[in-house]
Amino acid sequence: MKRAVLMRSLPAPAPAALPSPVLAPQMQPPAPNVASEQSLFRINAIVRHWLLQHRDQIRTLAIGAVSLALFLLSWHFLATYRVSFHVRFTNVPTPVQVFQSLARAAHNGRLLQHVVLSCRRIALGFIIATLIAVPLGLVMGRFRFARDVIFPISEVLRPIPAIAWVPMSIMLWPSNEESIVFITFIGSFFPILLNTLHGMASVDPVLVRASQSLGANEFAIFREVYFPASLPSIFTGLTVGMGVAWVSLIAAEMISGQFGIGYFTWEAYSLVQYSDIALGMICIGVLGLSSSAIIRGIGRIVMPWKTNT
Amino acid sequence: MSEQTAGVIDNIADASVASGKGRIEVSHFGLSYASAEGPIEAVADAGIVVEPGEFVSIIGPSGCGKSTLLNAVAGFLKPTRGTVRVDDEPVNRPSADRGMVFQQYSLFPWKTVRENVEFGLKMKGMERSRRESAARTLLGLAGLLAFENQYPDRLSGGMKQRVGIVRALATGPKVLLLDEPFGALDAQTRIIMQQILTNMWQRLKISVLFVTHDIDEAIFLSDRVYCMTARPGTIKAEITIPLPRPRQQSMMMSSEFLALRRGLMSLISEESLKAMSGEVNDDALQGLTIDTHGHALSEMI
Ligand SMILES: Nc1ncnc2c1ncn2[C@@H]1O[C@H](COP(=O)(O)OP(=O)(O)OP(=O)(O)O)[C@@H](O)[C@H]1O
Ligand SMILES: [Mg+2]
Repeated sequence: MKRAVLMRSLPAPAPAALPSPVLAPQMQPPAPNVASEQSLFRINAIVRHWLLQHRDQIRTLAIGAVSLALFLLSWHFLATYRVSFHVRFTNVPTPVQVFQSLARAAHNGRLLQHVVLSCRRIALGFIIATLIAVPLGLVMGRFRFARDVIFPISEVLRPIPAIAWVPMSIMLWPSNEESIVFITFIGSFFPILLNTLHGMASVDPVLVRASQSLGANEFAIFREVYFPASLPSIFTGLTVGMGVAWVSLIAAEMISGQFGIGYFTWEAYSLVQYSDIALGMICIGVLGLSSSAIIRGIGRIVMPWKTNT
Repeated sequence: MSEQTAGVIDNIADASVASGKGRIEVSHFGLSYASAEGPIEAVADAGIVVEPGEFVSIIGPSGCGKSTLLNAVAGFLKPTRGTVRVDDEPVNRPSADRGMVFQQYSLFPWKTVRENVEFGLKMKGMERSRRESAARTLLGLAGLLAFENQYPDRLSGGMKQRVGIVRALATGPKVLLLDEPFGALDAQTRIIMQQILTNMWQRLKISVLFVTHDIDEAIFLSDRVYCMTARPGTIKAEITIPLPRPRQQSMMMSSEFLALRRGLMSLISEESLKAMSGEVNDDALQGLTIDTHGHALSEMI
């Protein structure tokens, strides 16, 4: 909302700045009061330039803020007046109640514990999946034999949703913690593997030839051509894999956990603490958003040629 | 030219002299591609020779096997029949001794311009600081130093291809192979690129095998031109270009040039018609010459 007001007041400073352009070309140090006027003019110009340059982004942000505010407002009214029109908002907490419950949870540190534990599970499962799926995909993409051996297995296991692994996983692993990490791992593994494979398949053969005619050996081709050429696909896989990892983790925590943000949300329902349900949901949303933002950030650092255009 | 520049040029020239003379000899070369309907004979019994330091072009109709022949010299393809030798060594794999420039630019998008040029030196195990300064000198020669830290997809087609040529030359190859390198460039850029290529070739004194379908380009650049037949390609004619060097743009209007051009043109068009006979039947040819008497096609229909 603030930005919208800012935009409307934009044209106002322009007339005030009008007299100074005459001074601008003069390079010798002017009198102090003129100098301050000049620097004021310059700041004014910079701000205007910046606003003009980022007009589209500012517009998008402003519209986004308004639309979010409207969403909160409708939530507020639906919950406050307990609207019940087939869909029942009778027990839905208001945004204010959720905020109060956040303040309470932040105070006693219980929520933070759950969040930290979930993040640890995601980090473990996801990193292990990345460390296995990416090299495996690279090798499968390069060596036909490896692909012929592994691809059938992966095709059979891939359609099984990670949630369906919950009972098997509990049987397989000695501790509950390990079985939940395993489910997170399974969730993110296949998107990462498939996208890495796809990246390897789409490497331009002319680039491979170019590197060969410059004296690259097999290993150098792998490191200098196949790997960087597959990076964009790998990062697509990581983003998708991270999303699936969260889905799998939350489901696993709801079914079999004693800790974690998924458990927190489900427990809130059992304990009839309705505002904690919404709080848990919002936390999950924020965590998912931040983790994909982290991956995008890493991608930008690792692939400077993609962002420099 | 600065002393350092001269040094790098000498190094490259030395490297090509030291490692051999750069004589290409292809004899009774034949290559068939495997396909679902059996082998496709792309080239049959072709023989060419490029003497050390010579600039030789191959010209022929589309699909006659020019790229196939060049790729065999590069070591990407194995001959089905005959032999491919460079300095009396049979070619059996790609090597930095034979630099290659592709029509599709083929710069590594994830490497900056300088890193692209450095690539061959890196593969040779040259240490970073030395290869960096060598790459910068070469880029300076090609007028590309200002772009050394840019990624290739920001460059124009002409610049990309200049980087491609510099990259291929950086390792000091004995021979340079170019497959329609200027095919995707506009006419003006093309002419400038031809000048740059001749300059570099004359300084480095390496053998060049140049594939093109542009007759003017072939005459302007080459000492000799091989003309290929339609598929399966063989060598139909070998034409020596006696024009003096250095060659100027103005020569393209000389009667000597035009006579060579006429000769090559008739050789090529004969083969092009043969190559297209499968695709263009009599009806289609008639359709191409139909006289609409100024009416729009839609009205006639
Ligand atoms: N991998 C392949 N498999 C089957 N046939 C191929 C293959 N590569 C090329 N050919 C065929 O071999 C013939 C020669 O191909 P080549 O690319 O060498 O021709 P070219 O003279 O370079 O043509 P252009 O001027 O279009 O580049 C063509 O008719 C082509 O269809
Ligand atoms: Mg070709």
